[in-house]
Amino acid sequence: MIHLTIDHQPVCVEEGTTILEAARKANISIPTLCYHEDQQVKAVCRICVVEVEGMAQLPTACSTPAAEGMVVHTASPKVLKARKNILSLIFARHPQNCLACQKSGQCELQKVAQDVGIYKPATFDLELRATPDDNSSPSVRRNHQKCILCMRCVDVCEKIQGLHVMDKENRGFHSIVTTPYGKKLVDTNCVNCGQCIQACPTGALTIQDDRENIYHEMEKGKVLVVQVAPSVRVNLAEALGEAPGTVSTGRLVTALKRLGFRYVFDSDFSADLTIMEEGTELLRRLKGEGPLPMITSCCPAWVKYCETYAPDYTKHLSTAKSPQQMFGALIKTCFAEKEKVDPESICSVSIMPCTAKKFECKRPELADSGYQDVDYALTVQELARLIQTAGICFADLPDTPFDDPFGLGSGAGLIFGATGGVMEAALRTVHTVVTGRPMEKLEYLPVRGFEGIKSAEVDLDGTVVKVAVAHGLKNAKLLLDEIKAGKSEYHFIEIMACPGGCIGGGGNAPRTWKKVEARKKAIYEAEKELPVRQSHENPAIKWIYDNYLGEPNSHLAHKLLHTTYRNRQDLLR
Amino acid sequence: MSQEQYSYKTPESLLVEVADIAAPYRDRPEMLMKVITRVQKIVPAFSEEVARVIAREMDITLTQVYSFVTFYAMLSVKPRGKYIIRMCKSAPCHVRGAREVVKAVEDQLGISMGETTPDGRFTLEYCPCLGLCDSSPALMINDRAYGNLNPQSARDLIKRYIREDVE
Repeated sequence: MIHLTIDHQPVCVEEGTTILEAARKANISIPTLCYHEDQQVKAVCRICVVEVEGMAQLPTACSTPAAEGMVVHTASPKVLKARKNILSLIFARHPQNCLACQKSGQCELQKVAQDVGIYKPATFDLELRATPDDNSSPSVRRNHQKCILCMRCVDVCEKIQGLHVMDKENRGFHSIVTTPYGKKLVDTNCVNCGQCIQACPTGALTIQDDRENIYHEMEKGKVLVVQVAPSVRVNLAEALGEAPGTVSTGRLVTALKRLGFRYVFDSDFSADLTIMEEGTELLRRLKGEGPLPMITSCCPAWVKYCETYAPDYTKHLSTAKSPQQMFGALIKTCFAEKEKVDPESICSVSIMPCTAKKFECKRPELADSGYQDVDYALTVQELARLIQTAGICFADLPDTPFDDPFGLGSGAGLIFGATGGVMEAALRTVHTVVTGRPMEKLEYLPVRGFEGIKSAEVDLDGTVVKVAVAHGLKNAKLLLDEIKAGKSEYHFIEIMACPGGCIGGGGNAPRTWKKVEARKKAIYEAEKELPVRQSHENPAIKWIYDNYLGEPNSHLAHKLLHTTYRNRQDLLR
Repeated sequence: MSQEQYSYKTPESLLVEVADIAAPYRDRPEMLMKVITRVQKIVPAFSEEVARVIAREMDITLTQVYSFVTFYAMLSVKPRGKYIIRMCKSAPCHVRGAREVVKAVEDQLGISMGETTPDGRFTLEYCPCLGLCDSSPALMINDRAYGNLNPQSARDLIKRYIREDVE
């Protein structure tokens, strides 16, 4: 153990701890910008400088290890002067019309500037980058002027997702974080996962905002039908300032009703539907109809990744659509017929933890209802802003149940939100279908947790099914490489692009592993309390097969609930 | 930079040569500098096609090659002239009159810093310290260094290159 003094307080930490971590342990907050607790230390923004007695210069707290007997001052006049200088230099290259920025109020740079306080007039002339904005992507907006070169987006894209879409161009004053050869984001290998938005401390990378479009549809008098993804109920309250992992299912429905959404449905229902379709497909493939392993297709970022990097292996993807798109197809067909609403007048909206869903709902082939199945995918962040704009006091809202007929989801549908959830949900149903009895314990722990790749063997009365679960595209690549080499021993693989699954998705409040852990805990706790915990036992599922679809993988189910994939290899050429 | 600035093609035959240079270093990203310096000798610029071939053969990302190439002053993603005039941009040259030398060369060639003459013979650019501070202001033309310049001597020097009066 190392003993040091920070701001006159004795602190005792383990060897290898940095000054920053030691200070946080002693409840002393040092401002940071390039530091991210899930990432490698970069020490490029210099804002965390501190004074260490006996050192001539001011070291950065994030990269300097604490040493025995060290005496640290985190807010001495010398330190504060240095921080103000550093901030002035950053602001000499950063636009100062904060009110017109989507990140305003959530911006880390704004927060640091307020804390440090730069109230004197600017010391340096403002010199902004001339590079134009990039709004080409359906999911991510780039504004180069607001970039402070912290490299957090590059870190997550390269090290977690293994994509490396952006990196630094040029050097020194001319440095800029961008795509190679001035490409638009839409022309690159970007899969729209939005993890870079999660990492960005400023407004340089933001979500492609669809809020105005929703208002526009309201003005046109469209019937707004909304579906809410499983993980949204554990993420929305956090985006509105409550503790991570706060479950707000009932309040969420009330808020959507007050915002003017006529019908509020639960994507847990279509997640159950996905299990029925995908589970049936798996059983057919296990009997020899189609290639193994079968890989889940719920995650649009993963699907685009597979289409780009392994177009010859998209036959391994389940043909079942993602829950969002299944629901979209049903809303404009089954629901429209039942409620006698003209599908033309329906505006189908989804609330998602995901930026890639915006890309998915714009795929031209996903229009099996005769119209674009889902018109807009809103992220949790956008919904949180809609609620704030409407002046709804979210904390005090009463609970409202989801609307019939698609408001009932099982626990299996709910756990889709966490990595391993689709696998667990599928195993529950497949086990019952094959053996005729439910699993002894519904919680299937080997596929839970945040290990990069989890694998397990399930015995279905003699038939052994080998399964694997991966999250983060770098892990997905390992499984994909096995398949390419013909060495994959698995039958069924679940892949989610975002680390942690949808609860760690790009459309949520900014993530850290600690927060994602709290969200995961919340989703599994909420699942335990649900009356129905297996997809095939969901009465709404029984109803839709009895009254509309026939049986899983029927002709109509194939038309509405299954899709095809394309080759996007040219994005790499 | 906008995408149009990169709209030039590298001949297929050159790309095959580039692939031959890069292929032995598959899964050895630390050898990128070696590959790049060898490729530079045969290609006019690190166009997107060239970078893609290097990335593919070495199994690294295109972004990594691009970021690497744009970092170094001696490498370029745009085709440059036959003669690359590299003006030292450091402080000693500046105080000894580099600005006047730059002005003289710019006027003589009719281009600004960072540009290439329309006939493709001269490219004018700044570069980090050449280490010739004792004979500042200094510049390099391709791999030759020239020091103790003033506007007149710089003009005479460029004139020799215009006439191809250099061995």
